[in-house]
Amino acid sequence: MTINEIQDELMDDFSFFTDWMEKYEYIIQLGKELPLISEEHKKDDYIIKGCQSKVWLFPEVKDGKVYFTADSDAIITKGLVSLMVKVLSGHTAKEIVDADLYFINQIGLNEHLSPTRANGLLSMVKQMKLYALALQARG
Amino acid sequence: MEQKQLKDFDINKVRADFPILKREVNGKPLVYLDNGATTQKSQSVIDAITHYYSEMNSNVHRGVHYLSQISTDAFEVTRRSIQAFINAKYEHEIIITTGTTHSINIIATCFGKVNIAAGDEIIISAMEHHSNIVPWQMICEDKGALLKVIPMNDKGELDIEAYKALFSEKTKIASFTYVSNSLGTINPVKEMIRIAHEHHVPVLLDAAQAIQHVKIDVQDLDVDFLAFSGHKMYGPTGIGVLYGKEDALNAIPPYQGGGDMIKEVTFEKTTYNELPFKFEAGTPNIEAGICLNAAIEYINAIGLEQIAVYEEELLNYATEQLATVPGIRFIGTAAHKSSVISFLIDGTHPYDVGVILDKLGIAVRTGHHCAQPVMDRFGIPGTIRASFALYNTKEEVDALVTGLRRAVNMLV
Repeated sequence: MTINEIQDELMDDFSFFTDWMEKYEYIIQLGKELPLISEEHKKDDYIIKGCQSKVWLFPEVKDGKVYFTADSDAIITKGLVSLMVKVLSGHTAKEIVDADLYFINQIGLNEHLSPTRANGLLSMVKQMKLYALALQARG
Repeated sequence: MEQKQLKDFDINKVRADFPILKREVNGKPLVYLDNGATTQKSQSVIDAITHYYSEMNSNVHRGVHYLSQISTDAFEVTRRSIQAFINAKYEHEIIITTGTTHSINIIATCFGKVNIAAGDEIIISAMEHHSNIVPWQMICEDKGALLKVIPMNDKGELDIEAYKALFSEKTKIASFTYVSNSLGTINPVKEMIRIAHEHHVPVLLDAAQAIQHVKIDVQDLDVDFLAFSGHKMYGPTGIGVLYGKEDALNAIPPYQGGGDMIKEVTFEKTTYNELPFKFEAGTPNIEAGICLNAAIEYINAIGLEQIAVYEEELLNYATEQLATVPGIRFIGTAAHKSSVISFLIDGTHPYDVGVILDKLGIAVRTGHHCAQPVMDRFGIPGTIRASFALYNTKEEVDALVTGLRRAVNMLV
């Protein structure tokens, strides 16, 4: 599936939720499906520091595609990380760099991407694109 | 002991005075429990701000014209009102600053400039806010001085015996908080000041979390310097106070140079103005300075003693009710506490809990509360902090408890 097809599918999933609780329960559930970063990479080099919750993110290239593994110490943040990984992982560096992440607004999670939120999600999206850009340049 | 009682405290009337409390957040009635960060403003404070800009706006201390005179007069009314509020001996002992941080920086910098040398020591405590740590570290770095830290026990109480042992001939100043912003501990500051004075060491007291909860009498405390902020006592942001004993303030140089703080300026030599203007360079936050008086009048009208009794009752109720939440662990269980409850819930991250409470319209603070050394002391990344003000209710405590139970159900 392309990045946009995955985004559309997620938007479809989220459209079934009638209240915030269901939405957050789903996000928490998604956190459990996150491909976890290996212990050897779960160190400061791969940390994305928000003010309050920590996110670890590790990129790898296999067969010309970029794959991410990650983790977070907060489970809502972990769910949000999982969403991003679901959308961006397994695509080429160029696709990741060019991706327009419109689904975030559409599923009403834009508040979590505001720079004033302390979850580091915005930095994470930037970091994913930066990794992809670096891999593309190496290319 | 005489039983403290609430006489004329009408919580419904108090709540009606704060318009923001009527609003909803995420479709739920707002439950505002982040008063340690900042307090809400009464209609009288909001009206004073509008009145200032509609009727008075003009610069202070300079003009001959009518508006400048009335705004100068109003600004000075606030100074006298603060003087009375903390029972300072003279009104010129009240320096208007931008807030607690500014006030502490003035003393750390200016006292440090003339009184601290290489090898000297400064005492602070283990429960300080970063703003009562970093300014002292900066002067230590500058002068080659040392920071000595009063340790605390597992309940979040300072070790007074250890404090006594920290004094040496090298000790030049002690600076500590009256009430801890992260733990709620009320420190035995009168005793601590007396101990410092036995060693001829002056004390700066950070009263940012005390001024709105505890009656402060600077002469009774015999404190040398006191710092607090307007916005944590129902007043506007960007305004605060540095109190200093007259002699102590006269003995240190000014902080910033500029307008208002001078007596005479020539290119060869400038002589400084008298107190308090020596420390008030530049145009102050006039609007906030004037309108802080409305907040002080509001507190005075109810009476700090009444407020303290009400808040203590609320704190006790909240502590009891929160204890029923599964997996809760209180951080800071001192015998004497003010309106702050910091806690963690087993198996949850404070951030996750904060997000869910926010969805329920409940505002709390999560994180390290600008007191990272306190978090390190307890070996935790942060806490969830509920902090109360005079307008909070037992029903709001109940809403918090219900919200936490929901959060536990979702997260654990």
